[in-house]
Amino acid sequence: MKLHTEKVVKLTLVTIVSWLVAALLFFPIFWMILTSFKTELNAFSSPPSLFFWPTLENYFVVFERSDYVRYAWNSVVVSFASSILAMLIGIPAAYSMAFFPTKRTQGVLLWMLSTKMLPPVGVLVPIYLLARDMSLLDTRTGLVIIYTLINLPIVVWMIYTYFKDVPKDILEACRMDGASLWQEIRHVLIPITMGGLSSTFLLSLILSWNEAFWSLNLTASQAAPLTALIASYSSPEGLFWAKLSAASTLAVAPILVFGWISQKQLVRGLTFGAVK
Amino acid sequence: MSQLSRNARAARFLVAPSVLLLLAWMTVPLAMTLYYSTVNFNLTIPGLRNFVGFENYIFFFTDPSFFAGMSNTLVLVGSTLLITVVLGTLIAVLIDSPFPGRSLVRILLISPFFIMPTVNALVWKNLLMNPVSGFFAFLSKSVGLTPIDWFTDVPMLSIIIIVSWQWLPFAILILMTAMQSLDQEQLEAARMDGAGPIAIFRHITLPHLARPLAVVVMIETIFLLSIFAEIFTTTGGGPGTQTTNLAYLIYSQALLQYDVGMASAGGIVAVVLANIVAFFLIRVVGKSLAGE
Repeated sequence: MKLHTEKVVKLTLVTIVSWLVAALLFFPIFWMILTSFKTELNAFSSPPSLFFWPTLENYFVVFERSDYVRYAWNSVVVSFASSILAMLIGIPAAYSMAFFPTKRTQGVLLWMLSTKMLPPVGVLVPIYLLARDMSLLDTRTGLVIIYTLINLPIVVWMIYTYFKDVPKDILEACRMDGASLWQEIRHVLIPITMGGLSSTFLLSLILSWNEAFWSLNLTASQAAPLTALIASYSSPEGLFWAKLSAASTLAVAPILVFGWISQKQLVRGLTFGAVK
Repeated sequence: MSQLSRNARAARFLVAPSVLLLLAWMTVPLAMTLYYSTVNFNLTIPGLRNFVGFENYIFFFTDPSFFAGMSNTLVLVGSTLLITVVLGTLIAVLIDSPFPGRSLVRILLISPFFIMPTVNALVWKNLLMNPVSGFFAFLSKSVGLTPIDWFTDVPMLSIIIIVSWQWLPFAILILMTAMQSLDQEQLEAARMDGAGPIAIFRHITLPHLARPLAVVVMIETIFLLSIFAEIFTTTGGGPGTQTTNLAYLIYSQALLQYDVGMASAGGIVAVVLANIVAFFLIRVVGKSLAGE
C-alpha cells in the first residue's frame, strides 16, 4: 500500500514538473501567436493585456503591405526545389552505397559528412563573388543550388540508413526475376522505404525553410525568402510588434507542423544515423 | 552477363553525381578562399590583386576585434553547450516514463527547434526582452525590480539565452530518443537491488547516454561555431564588439568593409577550427557505421 502511494506521488510530481517545463519552453511561441491577434497599441501596452478582443487586422496588413505572398512563394519554391533535387541526386547514391558497397563506401560516406562541417563563412567570399559573376545573386536559382548542396550529405546519409534496414533477400529475389535496376528501385525499393524517404524529404524541407545565412547574404528584394522578410523587421522603423508576430506566426506554422509529424524520424538524419 | 551483375555495375555509377557535386562544392570555393587570403583584394578598389603572402593573416590575428571574436565565439559555444546538455539530459530523463499528456509535452518541448533563427531572435528581442514593453520587463516591475536592458547591459548573455532556447530542444529530441533504447530489465534489476534514483542515473543512464551526448555536443559545436542570423538581427555584433563572433566578424569584413583578403584569411581560420571538431565527430560516427 505504501509503495502504491509513493508511486502516485512520484507520478504526480513528474507530471507537474514536466508540464511546467514544457509550458516555459513553449511560452515564447505562445506569446508570439497571442501578440499577433492584438492591436499594435495592445501589443506595446505594459502591463501586457491578456484579455482583449482578438483582431485579424495584422494578418490582413501583412498580406497586403509587406508583400508577404511573394516572400512566402520564394520560400516554398526554394525549399521544395532544393529538397526534390537533393532527393533525386541522393537516392541513387544511397542505393548504390547501401546495396553494392565497395572498399571505399565507408570512406565516401564519412567524406560526404565532412563537407557538411565546412563553416559557411569559410566560403562566403568566393560563393558571393561566384554568384555575382554568374548573375545568380538575388535569384531563386542561386539559393536552390546552394541549399541542394548543403542538404545533400544529410539526405544521402539518412536514406542510406533506411536502405540498410531493407532485407537484401527481397531485392535479390526481384533481380532473379530479371528486373532492371530502374524497375527494382521504382517498384520495390521506393514503396518499401516510403516512410523513411518522406521523413528525409521533410527534414530537408525544414532545414531549407529555416536557413538564414545564405538567404540573408545572397538575396535582396527579388529572391528573398521568409527568413529575410522577418529580418527586415529588425530595423527601428519596422518595429510593429503585432505585425511582426503575425508575419512570424505565418512563417513558422507550416514548418512547426512538419516538425511535429516527423519528430521521431528526424533524429536519424540530424545525428547522421548515430542515434536511432 | 546476368541481370544481377549488370545491375551491380550500373549501381556503381549512381554514386558519381553526388560525389562530383560535393567535391566541386568543397574544393572550388575553398581553394578560392585560400587564394584570396594571400592577395591584397578589396571590392572597392577594382583591379587590385597583388600577392602579399601571410600579410592578411597577420592583420587578421593582430586586429583587436580578432581576439574579441575568438573569445566571444568560445563563450557563446561553451555556455550554450553547457546549458543545453545539462538541461537536455535532465528533461530527457524526466519525461522518459509515461505520464498523462506526455506526447503533447514532447511536442511543446521540441517546438523551438523548428522556429527559424530570425523569428526566434526578433521575438525574444522585442516581445520578451524589450526593457520597456517586453514581457520580462513586466515580470521585473511586478515584483518591484528595475527591468534589465538586456541587449545593452548583458548583450552576450541575451544571445546565449536566445541560442540556447533554439538548441535545447535539439538536445532533448536526441536524448529522449536515445533513452528509449535503455534496457528496461537492467533498470528493474537495479531497482530490485535497492539502487536509488541517483545511483541509477550515474551508473546506468549516464553510461547509456554517453555516445548520444557526444554526438549532441559535436553536432551542436559545428552549428554553434557558425551562429550568424541571431546576431545579425539583434545586436549587429555590438555594442562595440561585445557580441561579434568569428562568423559575424568575417561577414562584416567581407560584405561591410569589402576587405576580401582579410575576410578570406578569417574564413580559413574558421575552417581549421571547425575541422578540429569535425575530426572527432567523424570518428564517433565512423565507429557506429563500422559497428553495424
